[in-house]
Amino acid sequence: MLKIDNLHATAGDKEILKGISLTVNAGEVHAIMGPNGSGKSTLAQIIAGHPGYVVTAGSVTYEGKDLLAMPAEERAQAGVFLAFQYPVEIPGVTNAYFFRSAYNEVRKANGKEELDPIEFLDLMEKKLKLVEMDQAMLHRSVNAGFSGGEKKRNEILQMAVLEPKLAILDETDSGLDIDALRVVAGGVNALRRPDNATIVVTHYQRLLNYIVPDFVHVLAHGRIVKSGGKELALELEARGYDWVMEAA
Amino acid sequence: MATATKATSEAYEQAFAALRASGGPAWLPTLRREAMDRFSALGFPTTRNEDWHFTSVTPIAERVFKVAPTRSGPATLSPADVAALVISDPDWHRLVFVNGRFEASLSAFAGLPADVRVTTLADALKESPEFVAEHLGKLASGEGQTFTAFNTAFAQDGVVIHVPGGEIVEAPVHIVHIADAQAAGAGIHPRLLVVAEALSRLTIIESFASTGSFGAPYLTNAVAEIEVGNGARVDHYKIQRESTDAFHVGTTQVRQGRDSMYHSFSYAAGAAISRTNVYTQLAGENGETRLNGLYLIDGTQHADHQTFVEHLAPGCASRELYKGILDGSSHGVFNGKVYVDPVAQKTDGKQTNHALLLSEHARVDTKPQLEIFADDVKCTHGATVGRLDEDALFYMKSRGLGADNARALLTYAFAAEVLETIEVDALREGLEALAFARFTQSFGEQR
Repeated sequence: MLKIDNLHATAGDKEILKGISLTVNAGEVHAIMGPNGSGKSTLAQIIAGHPGYVVTAGSVTYEGKDLLAMPAEERAQAGVFLAFQYPVEIPGVTNAYFFRSAYNEVRKANGKEELDPIEFLDLMEKKLKLVEMDQAMLHRSVNAGFSGGEKKRNEILQMAVLEPKLAILDETDSGLDIDALRVVAGGVNALRRPDNATIVVTHYQRLLNYIVPDFVHVLAHGRIVKSGGKELALELEARGYDWVMEAA
Repeated sequence: MATATKATSEAYEQAFAALRASGGPAWLPTLRREAMDRFSALGFPTTRNEDWHFTSVTPIAERVFKVAPTRSGPATLSPADVAALVISDPDWHRLVFVNGRFEASLSAFAGLPADVRVTTLADALKESPEFVAEHLGKLASGEGQTFTAFNTAFAQDGVVIHVPGGEIVEAPVHIVHIADAQAAGAGIHPRLLVVAEALSRLTIIESFASTGSFGAPYLTNAVAEIEVGNGARVDHYKIQRESTDAFHVGTTQVRQGRDSMYHSFSYAAGAAISRTNVYTQLAGENGETRLNGLYLIDGTQHADHQTFVEHLAPGCASRELYKGILDGSSHGVFNGKVYVDPVAQKTDGKQTNHALLLSEHARVDTKPQLEIFADDVKCTHGATVGRLDEDALFYMKSRGLGADNARALLTYAFAAEVLETIEVDALREGLEALAFARFTQSFGEQR
């Protein structure tokens, strides 16, 4: 589904990714772990199409297409989804309107019929249950004045609505208490299917107790320095990051 | 005159002399003569005048706007035409003026409480000249104000509203001004006089619109005087959607009593050059003023707002939120003045002004002016000029929204924050729909 090959990227003058290679197949969950400043979030944002980075070498292929050549909205329409580490507040646009616009644009791009507001509300009712959110939040402005936990739930709600093929969760666990973490992870797990894939970007192992990865990769200084199974995450939790970085 | 030539000055004198002959109560010619003298003596302001520093009225000063013609023959507009030109609601009381002249056939304002007077200025001068004499030109004296003096000298008609103490006027009174092709080259000087006595309640909506094309620009120069009695509340919406061939100057002069509330909303999307003045005096304790506005301009349009809140009594609050969205090579100006008198302790003033620039060639000048002479006050002001938030755009695009759609939605959201302050549902929804259509369309065209 996703093939990253020798990806190099810079932000301003600074090289952040220094040759990342990673293959993600349908049905898999990959965890990308690493200390702060290792390039985890940059990788997530580059896959989603953030304009703030320049790819200097390497390629990203998604379902056989050159992902880097596609604008952010086309990637989303093709099924790529990034749950933001810091979801953006958009006062003046209601969640309901935003979600429906996004949903319908994605449908339209895929040659499917758009839903009218009533049909969309029916869909939302089901999705809201998944993340244990109240209907009232549909009428609030997107993320405006939301607590940290509400923002993260709202990200997962968008994911549930858009049903992406490739979901990237960028530090979705940061700032969440254990109950919110359980809800968010429950939502993610409920959305797992054999034909989609998930990349979980996280600093801590905690989230991986709930979303169990098939593969764990350690990112440091812009490179993947170690890959393994889910037990690698436990080892990192026990021993910290230093030993992997030294070994690399 | 400062910027007009001797020839234009003489032309206005001649036009004025012709008008004077048309009569009215005995005191009226004197009021007009004084206004005419003031207008002549002041001349049109130049950009050397601090209040007009960012707005050149040379295109207005160099022309002579003729007196708008009286309609001959049947009305050219139908009620359906009017409904298509302005946001309206069947429940609102409606007074329609075409080129400054009252059109009874398009108006409907029956069903008001019996002792509430809503009438044209022309009728009020006949029916209750004492009342008009007592209030007209008192708040808007035209002292130092060319355009106000210009209006007083040349006003042909307008609206007089008198709400006696304790009366609640439920439905808004909608005053519609439409310019049609016959207005080309004319000056229209609508006048509004409102006296809302103690504990009364009134909502006024003024809509300015146009139809057809204009070979020569017309000038709308509107003046409103509003007295808000003790404990009274007046909501005042001014929706300016004139032709971009037009010039629009509007001045609202308000005086508020104790515990009163004056809420003003100015929407400005039309005219080549527009200037909107809202001046209010908080003259009694614990009064509240809310001044909000939104301007949407494009091309070479110029929109200038000036507000002046005078805190003259203790414990009053003023809140201002003005927003502008500028495209093309348009130019916006916001000048917010707040004066706090030495007696006005416990004043609570907040002024906010945000402008969104959609093009590299658009420009905005913003100037807050606080003059505070009391020591126990809270007065703040904040202004921003910016472009669409790139992070928000990326966020929306990452959800599948196309770039144009994301821009349109964000721009709309910027406007929505201030449109939300409109308390008349049909008006708010109408303006929201207008703004939404405008941005969806303008970003669509860039594809």
